[in-house]
Amino acid sequence: MPRVEMTPHLYRFFPQLKDRIITVPSGSVAGILLAINEIAPGFIDYVLNEHGALRRHVNICINDTLVIDKIKLSDHVPDDRTVYIFQSLSGG
Amino acid sequence: MSDMILLGTRKGAIIFDRISSIWRPRSIVHAGVPVCYAARDPRDGTLWVSLDHGHWGPKLSRSRDGGETWVDITSLKYPEGARYIVKYLPTPDSNPESPSALPEYADASVLKIWNITFGNADQPNRLYAGTIPGGLFVSDDGGDTWELNRPLWSHHSRGGDLFAGNATAENRWNGTPASIDYGVFEPGIHSIVVDPRDSDHIYVAVSTAGVLESTDGGQSWEGRNRGMLMDYLPNPESEWGHDPHFVTSCPGQPDHLWQQNHCGVFYSDDGAKNWKKVSMPDLGVNFGFPIVADANDGLTAWVVPARADSERMAIDGGLFVARTTDGGKTWQSFRNGLPQDNAYDIALRHSLDVSGDCLCFGSTTGNVYVSEDRGETWQCLDNNFPPIYSVRFG
Repeated sequence: MPRVEMTPHLYRFFPQLKDRIITVPSGSVAGILLAINEIAPGFIDYVLNEHGALRRHVNICINDTLVIDKIKLSDHVPDDRTVYIFQSLSGG
Repeated sequence: MSDMILLGTRKGAIIFDRISSIWRPRSIVHAGVPVCYAARDPRDGTLWVSLDHGHWGPKLSRSRDGGETWVDITSLKYPEGARYIVKYLPTPDSNPESPSALPEYADASVLKIWNITFGNADQPNRLYAGTIPGGLFVSDDGGDTWELNRPLWSHHSRGGDLFAGNATAENRWNGTPASIDYGVFEPGIHSIVVDPRDSDHIYVAVSTAGVLESTDGGQSWEGRNRGMLMDYLPNPESEWGHDPHFVTSCPGQPDHLWQQNHCGVFYSDDGAKNWKKVSMPDLGVNFGFPIVADANDGLTAWVVPARADSERMAIDGGLFVARTTDGGKTWQSFRNGLPQDNAYDIALRHSLDVSGDCLCFGSTTGNVYVSEDRGETWQCLDNNFPPIYSVRFG
């Protein structure tokens, strides 16, 4: 199952994600975010806008490759990969 | 007089309590997060802030225990199908002689929750929120859920009902510079006034469009900009395109409304049917952002003047507050307790408030000043706060 790492800034809003290894079923990036949202309700509203698109100043990588589809988050995440969720410098 | 002041700042919200006649700040809350508006609901004491996260999107946050704990509210969202006609900032490639023939549309996302306004006591769970890009949101359950006011969103001055199809009228709403931080040039609602006599009677102010009024609880809206002037346009009396910086009314005489914009201070004594320019440029009373009216006397208002328009700072390095008690016929300036040398402060549109005889304002330079004698003398609460976006008595 893919593993998820994220900026510790998100732990401020979702402390239940801190100090745990997050693994979720493989699938699209959108599916992975929904799985995290099951663990931490409301999480998705912090990284996606109301249309389900990635917020302007948030980035997601699969291993070291930025996701291509930032609108529908359709990039596929295989089992052996790690998804990284982090904030862009542009939003600081 | 209130014993609480809430500051919304670039680095969080700061609450002052008045204890034994001394204003004392608490520790900052939402530390590090821009708070563009903070206010206390007088009906039940709930504290509200609007968080302007750079990364994680705008959020409301609510405290029902006096500020000890906070819960973020994420339900304020544009519904599916909410579109608007895009306004673009000019680019080097723009050709003003060949504007795009057809409007371009964009799906709306909440970029900024600019204002939170509370309903009257007869609607104890009613709240309003004004946003960029120009949507008015309404909650009837104390802020748990929110709904876009569609009649205003689909107003003919904005192109008509874009839920149903493409524009049926010209879009007369322009962008506010306050939206540029979000990479767009779109309008914003920063002022919402609910008539204390009639909860169905509401005004909103839009930058940049003007003032609109509803007398049927938001089911329909009419522009209320007669008498407003835009000195910088070929037609200064155009119905739309005004940039009211803030609009407020006298709670005790709600037909008395006040606003300040790029071109002056404007006053209405007939419920915004007609506005009258009441500036006094020789005294410096012409340009500025915030304005407040007395709770009982509709003829009395205060402003924090600044130098227009390209400089936007205190006039000649001296900060002052001006007050009128005759509906803007005359103004009096007060400087006692305010810096008169090397002051470059500007008070933003939500950064002045009044409670009884007490006034408070904050500046983008991080200074906070309080007067307890109707603005005549001032004391500084501190000089080292983050840039201040809003000041509200609790």
